[in-house]
Amino acid sequence: MFSYYLDLALRSLRRNKALTALMVVAIALGIGASMTTLTVLHVLSGDPLPGKSAQLYYAQVDPQDIKGMQPNKEPPDQVTLIDGLNLLHAGRADHQALMSGGSVPVQPEQSSLDPFYVEARYTTADFFAMFDAPFLYGHGWTAADGEAKARAVVIARSLNDKLFGGANSVGRTLRMAGTSFRVVGVLDSWQPNPHFYDLNTGSYAYGEQVFLPLQTMLELRLDRNGSTDCWGNGGGGVGSILPSDSCVWLQFWAQLDSPAKAAAYKEFLVHYSQDQKALGRFERAPNVRLRNVMQWLDYQMVVPDDVRLQNGLAFGFLLVCLVNTVGLMLAKFMRRAGELGVRRALGASRRALFAQLLIESGVVGLVGGFGGLLLALFGLWLVRQRPSAYAALAHLDLSMLFTTFVLAVCATLLAGLLPAWRACQIAPTLQLKSN
Amino acid sequence: MTLHPMISALRRHKAGVVLIALQIALTLAIVCNAVFIIGQRIERVNRPTGLDENNLFLISQQWVGAPSGDDPASVDKLDSLQQADLAALRALPDVASVTPINSLPLLNSSWNGSVSLQPGKDLRAGNARTTFYFSDEQVLSTLGLHLVAGRAFTAADVQHQAMRDQREPSIVILTKALADKLFPKGDALGKVVYFNGDPAPTTIIGLVERMQVPAVGSWTSSFTWYATLAPTRLNANFSRYAIRAKPGRLDAAMHAVTPTLYATNRMRVLDDDSIKSFAQIRADAYRADVGMAILMGVVCLILLAVTAAGIVGLTSFWVGQRHRQIGVRRALGARKIDILHYFQIENLVIASVGAVIGLLLAIGLNLLLMHRFEMDRLPVAYVLAGIVAVLALGQGAVFVPARRASNVPPVVATRAA
Repeated sequence: MFSYYLDLALRSLRRNKALTALMVVAIALGIGASMTTLTVLHVLSGDPLPGKSAQLYYAQVDPQDIKGMQPNKEPPDQVTLIDGLNLLHAGRADHQALMSGGSVPVQPEQSSLDPFYVEARYTTADFFAMFDAPFLYGHGWTAADGEAKARAVVIARSLNDKLFGGANSVGRTLRMAGTSFRVVGVLDSWQPNPHFYDLNTGSYAYGEQVFLPLQTMLELRLDRNGSTDCWGNGGGGVGSILPSDSCVWLQFWAQLDSPAKAAAYKEFLVHYSQDQKALGRFERAPNVRLRNVMQWLDYQMVVPDDVRLQNGLAFGFLLVCLVNTVGLMLAKFMRRAGELGVRRALGASRRALFAQLLIESGVVGLVGGFGGLLLALFGLWLVRQRPSAYAALAHLDLSMLFTTFVLAVCATLLAGLLPAWRACQIAPTLQLKSN
Repeated sequence: MTLHPMISALRRHKAGVVLIALQIALTLAIVCNAVFIIGQRIERVNRPTGLDENNLFLISQQWVGAPSGDDPASVDKLDSLQQADLAALRALPDVASVTPINSLPLLNSSWNGSVSLQPGKDLRAGNARTTFYFSDEQVLSTLGLHLVAGRAFTAADVQHQAMRDQREPSIVILTKALADKLFPKGDALGKVVYFNGDPAPTTIIGLVERMQVPAVGSWTSSFTWYATLAPTRLNANFSRYAIRAKPGRLDAAMHAVTPTLYATNRMRVLDDDSIKSFAQIRADAYRADVGMAILMGVVCLILLAVTAAGIVGLTSFWVGQRHRQIGVRRALGARKIDILHYFQIENLVIASVGAVIGLLLAIGLNLLLMHRFEMDRLPVAYVLAGIVAVLALGQGAVFVPARRASNVPPVVATRAA
């Protein structure tokens, strides 16, 4: 039966080429546009560390003075150095890392290379294990190395290729900012998107080339990048001057393997705030937040507004295309009232006619979906030509490919429902008589 | 012609009528808001910065191994490095003038603070926000700023200080917009203001017509034109130089600076992004806005085309369906033009219903966007223009099928269907 209906559908579609083409093109345009923007949205709002992100938590405490306090206001987005170090040394989480970003000048040994600046991450020993950073050679530094302000550095694969020709450079020396560092590890290609652990340095397609112990950075006073927020008369610090203790400029991440531990850690942050208030450092009542990676990205509204707007526009567009298809399909089916009347008179049930018409609209959906897929691939290619930081990430993955077809066929079947139902309501006798 | 028979005829095609009206309504709602967004983006991109942007370019560079200390010796060393660069650049044949500056409009790297009419640490919020441009006596000529009152900086005014030095300048030039905000009577010249809650007074010695702040994000919308120029060379391990090339010599000047700077001092970092024409800075700053406007424009055009095609398709179907009735009308004496008008007016009625629904949808969509995306209220003019556009679109789309209907010969009435 199915193949017979399919044959009927194809015949009918061929009979009225212009109308069929119009429906297919409308579906293809709608699907193409919405899949392009949906893919971009999907990529940008993706999980940077699947499987791990639910156990990684970003801690916020409120060390600000009493001035300008408003109830229910969020604490600052980052932590001060002293709070960060206190939380780090408390060691209440399964893993924890305190970090900030910066840039350091690299002075290559090769005279053929001019000095250049690279993006740096100043962090503590647990960083690599917490964020599943893959090592190509060597490993990270230990907590003891960090406390000892070791001149140790982990470099990215691309920098290793540039400076050491891709060889195992563990143990080699790298001169940065006038200081010699020993390479202890080389990371394989690693660039979580979004750059969740520090959104101040750009949310997408941002990767550090060198990773240094935070304590070493504090001693050498290396340049910082990112955001510094101060209150009172705190100095933000510039160049080698560190921000004062009334400035937040570091990120604190904790790995908590179970929800119970997360709840306990939040309690701990409250107690910590109370203790600091008792000591006279904090002036406000405890105001803490503990968000996991996805909650943090959501709170920071990391997906650009324009991308969400484009996605809304594209779905509006798809809706118009579908309404258009419903109208055209209705016209097409009603025009064949005579033919359908004959089939009804010859004994075809309403259900059979309904199935036949739905198959016809399904075929339109499938062809439109295929056209939409091609358009989406083209659209994503266009997106990749754009200079935004996230442009290079816009690729169709398998799940989005599948979504495209499901969306196309479902949408057209839905669009075919009303016309098919209307056409089935035709009384056979009336049609036969009027002809 | 009375509308009554037409409307009772439309009742027999409820589904088709509803669909066309709905499609027109959705199209109107989306197109109105999209065109409004396009208009806003274009307005943003086209606003002048206040600079003479032709023949202007910027160098951003960093020294390697330069002193990073806060002591006078280090600061003096950094300043001498900067002075050497300035002298070398000013000596170039294609260069008209050079000024050291911490940022430029549209560069998205800014130094912001507050300005108030009273001194005191507790006045950090100030009377207005402002952005600071630290530069020297050549700033007005290099950037092409228009001095509207007072005087420009002289070489004797120019100080130098470490970047982290919190000292405020003793004299400044403000934009007219900022001066008018602080002194609404327009008597700002010679008055004293206080920056960043500092107790030290600063005298306003000049006003420039217009100068935009560096950042273009929406967070700067409260102080877009509130700029302060200070006669200070900032000393840090990096520096920026704005350079005005002689007319028509921009490319030559941009090519000449890299070898000149390396010849002055090899220990520095200059990369691909270090030398940028102002046109490039402008394009970079507004790239996302331009891209969004183009995308919205393309989607609107396709949307209108799809809607027009839908109207053509559905009306063609109706014409085919009513072939015989048209023949009867013709046989009873209706002229071709009556048939043409019938379909045109029918479309007008449907499109008008769609436009009314679309008007409500457009306002609803605008409210939603205002709620979620910091949008402004959609002006009525956009909606009215949108209504005219969709009605015209409907008339354009219906013309071909209506013409075909009007060509149905009266003899059709006599034939069996």
